[in-house]
Amino acid sequence: MPVQNFESHFQEKIDADVRIEPKDWMPEKYRQTLIRQISQHAHSEIVGMLPEGNWISRAPSLKRKQILIAKVQDEAGHGLYLYSAAETLGISRDEMIGQLHSGKAKYSSIFNYPTLTWADMGAIGWLVDGAAIMNQVPLCRTSYGPYSRAMIRVCKEESFHQRQGFESLLVLSRGTPEQRAMVQDAIDRWWWPSLMMFGPHDSESLHSEQSMKWKIKRFSNDELRQRFVDMIAEQVKLLGMTLPDPDLKWNEERSHYDFGKINWEEFWNVVSGNGPCNKQRLDARKKAWDDGAWVREAAKAHAEKRAARNKQQAA
Amino acid sequence: MNYFRKYYYGDYGDKEAPTGGDTGKAAANEWPLWEVFIRSKQGLDHKHVGSLHAADAQMAVENARDVYTRRMEGVSIWVVESKYIHASNPDEAESFYEPAEDKVYRHPTFYDLPDEVNHM
Ligand SMILES: [Fe+2]
Ligand SMILES: [Fe+2]
Repeated sequence: MPVQNFESHFQEKIDADVRIEPKDWMPEKYRQTLIRQISQHAHSEIVGMLPEGNWISRAPSLKRKQILIAKVQDEAGHGLYLYSAAETLGISRDEMIGQLHSGKAKYSSIFNYPTLTWADMGAIGWLVDGAAIMNQVPLCRTSYGPYSRAMIRVCKEESFHQRQGFESLLVLSRGTPEQRAMVQDAIDRWWWPSLMMFGPHDSESLHSEQSMKWKIKRFSNDELRQRFVDMIAEQVKLLGMTLPDPDLKWNEERSHYDFGKINWEEFWNVVSGNGPCNKQRLDARKKAWDDGAWVREAAKAHAEKRAARNKQQAA
Repeated sequence: MNYFRKYYYGDYGDKEAPTGGDTGKAAANEWPLWEVFIRSKQGLDHKHVGSLHAADAQMAVENARDVYTRRMEGVSIWVVESKYIHASNPDEAESFYEPAEDKVYRHPTFYDLPDEVNHM
């Protein structure tokens, strides 16, 4: 069969909502797109543990500490589900990690912002995980089987992340004036970066169109961003707080909230490495990798030795 | 038509092992890949849930507990090194499953019985 026939057969399967599995034929570009997207998603989960990990030792109560540890541990799990899904496309784990460390692979730029106060833990759960969920729920139906199955698992666990964040802010918002001020400050700092998480406008988005055709993505960046704004603009009222956008206004005609201009210069700056914490985050990841090298080697040597001994005994 | 095969799932038997491209040297130092199967409840089958890396079987079971059963999703875990799993070839699926296609008489609905026949 000539390659064109493989391609049209492939597209027919996609159009009929038949999932693509690892051993099925797929266009090289589809494979590459998925490796890029899934590995960057995995890196985001892993790097995403750092800003929250920053507060584990300083959580205000044992209850909040347990919750935060459980959430951060979930994010590690999400990273692992996704690395495995990417590996089914023929890239090795070490290679993906190498790409993160060399800067070739990106991760979500939201994690390059610092976590300055305890209220940031609530704001991250509510806004950052909230935005992530908005992106991730449609990915449960993405066309590549292992990715879709990983996302189903991820989404099941995410809703606790968002709820615990909102609840934590709710408690603070009913607290002292200082606590209320802390909540507002956290919202002010995390709001715009959260909107940027949905990526550039559809008109400037590099990979969008092909990804929609292949059903890797099912909704555009702007569609999902609008849904997020509509949801948060209502929820923020329950906290008695405001979003830092003077142009935020309900538009009767569109049945959506209008909102102000996103500072894309800041976005591209952070993506290209000049965010407040880019260096700190990558350094932390590289250090963890280097510090763990002896463990990886020792465990491997130990397993090999034991396997050899078992073989000898059996002989 | 073999060139596009090199990226097949590297864990399904020797024939389909990746032979080049991106997967070479880095993988050599990695802990092996394991497939994880979990019984969610006593009385049910083990079901494939995903994979992970571990140095040996014991570590694979412990990692599987941490990665795949944080919310009591399982009462029993199986792990098997991915390289020992062999799979049918999707390129041959059509002919491979064809023998079952025309055997409608294997299904209960093939048989027309009078309405008076109950409990069947
Ligand atoms: Fe996550
Ligand atoms: Fe999360």
